[in-house]
Amino acid sequence: MFHRECGVLKTSYEADMALYPLPVARWAVAVIAVFFFLVLPLLVHEYYLSIVNLVSIAVVGALGLNILVGYTGQISIGHGAFMSVGAYTAANFAVRLGAPFWIALPAGGLMAALVGAIVGIPSLRIKGLYLAIATLAGQLIIEWTINHVTFISGGVQASIEVPRPDLFGYTIATQRQMYFFLLVFVVLAIVGTLNLVRSRIGRAFIAIRDQDIAAEIIGINIFRYKLLAFAISSFYAGVTGVLYTYFLGIANYEQFQINVSIDYLAMIIIGGLGSVLGSIFGAIFVTLLPIVIRVGMEAFGSLFFSPAAVLNIIPNLRLILFGALIIFFLVVEPEGLNRLWRNVRSYFRVWPFAY
Amino acid sequence: MRKAITALLGILALAAATLAGPGPAAAQKEVVIGLQCDRTGATQTVGVNLCPGYHDYVKLVNSKGGVEGYKIKAIEIDHEYKVPQAMESYERHKKDGAVLIGIYGTPQTQALTQKLTEDRIPGTSPGFGTAAAADGIKYPYIFPIAATYWSQGAAAVKFAGDQMGGLKGKKIAYLFFDNPAGREPLPILEDLAAKEGFQLKVFAVPTPGIEMGAQALDIAQRYRADFVITHLFGRSPSVSIKELKRVGHPLRKVVAFVWGASEADIEAAGGMAQAEGYNAMQFAGVGADYPVLNEIREMYKKEGKEPPKEMASTVFYNRGVLIAAVHLEAVRNALKAKPAGNITGADVKAGFEKIKGFTLGGLVPPLEISASDHEGGGWVQIFTVKNGKFVKLTEWYKAYPDVLAKHIKEAGAKK
Repeated sequence: MFHRECGVLKTSYEADMALYPLPVARWAVAVIAVFFFLVLPLLVHEYYLSIVNLVSIAVVGALGLNILVGYTGQISIGHGAFMSVGAYTAANFAVRLGAPFWIALPAGGLMAALVGAIVGIPSLRIKGLYLAIATLAGQLIIEWTINHVTFISGGVQASIEVPRPDLFGYTIATQRQMYFFLLVFVVLAIVGTLNLVRSRIGRAFIAIRDQDIAAEIIGINIFRYKLLAFAISSFYAGVTGVLYTYFLGIANYEQFQINVSIDYLAMIIIGGLGSVLGSIFGAIFVTLLPIVIRVGMEAFGSLFFSPAAVLNIIPNLRLILFGALIIFFLVVEPEGLNRLWRNVRSYFRVWPFAY
Repeated sequence: MRKAITALLGILALAAATLAGPGPAAAQKEVVIGLQCDRTGATQTVGVNLCPGYHDYVKLVNSKGGVEGYKIKAIEIDHEYKVPQAMESYERHKKDGAVLIGIYGTPQTQALTQKLTEDRIPGTSPGFGTAAAADGIKYPYIFPIAATYWSQGAAAVKFAGDQMGGLKGKKIAYLFFDNPAGREPLPILEDLAAKEGFQLKVFAVPTPGIEMGAQALDIAQRYRADFVITHLFGRSPSVSIKELKRVGHPLRKVVAFVWGASEADIEAAGGMAQAEGYNAMQFAGVGADYPVLNEIREMYKKEGKEPPKEMASTVFYNRGVLIAAVHLEAVRNALKAKPAGNITGADVKAGFEKIKGFTLGGLVPPLEISASDHEGGGWVQIFTVKNGKFVKLTEWYKAYPDVLAKHIKEAGAKK
């Protein structure tokens, strides 16, 4: 935060293309990595790690959705269903074939990518709200299919119990073990997205978002890149679904209904469309806010209400506060939490001067 | 800009304050129970009445000195009927030292099954969850404690047979909410259709379940069902009452599963007069005339307060009382076996498996939970709407235990 960019001279292409050109930024990333890999998991109680785990899963999903919505400008209300595709594919691989997670997980992602690319076909002809409705149809069709085809869903209960992930005979069961398991995928997802969006593919996505006709004229194959955006984004969603499945030990389509798709859209809108950090902020915000509000209400609610009333008020007030805070943050900064963070940063960058 | 920073700092301060806030419950002579609730989600009509019933019973027991000298602390967390929140609330309960979890919701039960077994904390899933979990050997830490959907399906067929004077050659329609919970009883119904020689036709109602005019018309006009078994949730039971009445199917030839007949459902269907004759299964006694409810009213009177308004919704309120009573009975058994205290989840599991002959003045069925049977028998009562209120039509009964046992065994073998 308190760094100066002057005196950083780039003498090679590698230095110019580095993800973090400034030494101080590299140090910051190293510190953050040490914090998340060593300090946090060793210091806090399992309960807090379980919350971090939920956030971690949400981060992967939000990153994926942001690639599609934020970077490529295509709306999808079908991401919940893509997650369920990943979840059921992995569950079937794990249970029927006894596949370990390092096979089931990419399999789930790839199947979701395939289905996502198919659902994305209408994006070649329609945009905006029309596309939103087309993907909504995809959501409903996938939900119905999983609900009714017992070959996929494994019986009328439509839920498949999955064994815990196993790494060279080491079973990942507790929240602490699960934390490290998920963290690996979060890191992969973040690094992958950071590199994707500054690559040729990412630039093509952004060109399509900004003006697809212009993009086509300068030689970007719209057909290929739009479907690629859907496929990559759905791959992330599929992996999110697989992570949920391993986290909960069960694949169940009721966890991936339409409200989940909307939750993830809320995450990236609150966090900031078209930014990696924004996806992370959004996932943290949407996952954590209800919990923080509840804990706050439990601590202070009894000052104002009777204990029996508090129990009824907490959940309702939580919904109201959740909505109000989302509106508040969007009014304060319509471009999301990421922009808010950048504003704070640029304020301190020139501090103590005004500009 | 400055405002934004202030806001951010404010949020951070709030977060820090709340994280540092409640520590683990370390009070002595206390048993902690985690209760998951849904007061705001998809099934909030249930939660707003069921959870107060739970707390009132706990309060009643605590006011009389607790269980074996231990105070009961029931920590409620609302999970909005969402699975990630249920997982979070479970971890929170575990951190607070809960020895028993009252789960709420079928997907939540399924998601927590593995975790509960690993952590050796018993969880209850009364009236929902997986029917196969009645098998206590395969699902050691899940306790349905009330009739599962399989038991309800068997009981519904028996009731239909009794009402029609035999099942042979009759036409039964099964009208169900098209989700996993709705489809769960299908294998049982199909088996019984073959066994008893009746015709079964199924009619699915898609989510959100408020549109079933076509299905009702089909049942009454084309299929001409002799009896209808309904298994619906949320708003849909009230719609089914209205639609079946509209197409001319007599309501006394209908029986609903346990989530199909609360006071709120009847109210939404147009009031008791409209629903005259409608039959529904219950796993807890319905009505206000039970000694334990009088005691709760007495307790509020002593405090100089009116009894809570939730008591008027006796179907769900009484279920809350039942769940709490069975929970505390298990804790009591655990504490009896270990008078020194410090009971663990495994002790409470053993406590559940000793529950027998505990009826709470008729509100609770004659449960008999054992290490192999976590359902406790699968008892239901049928209540019918008559002259503006619910009237008990049958005593506690269970049906076709041999068919159920076969299915539970098959499900267990697959696991």
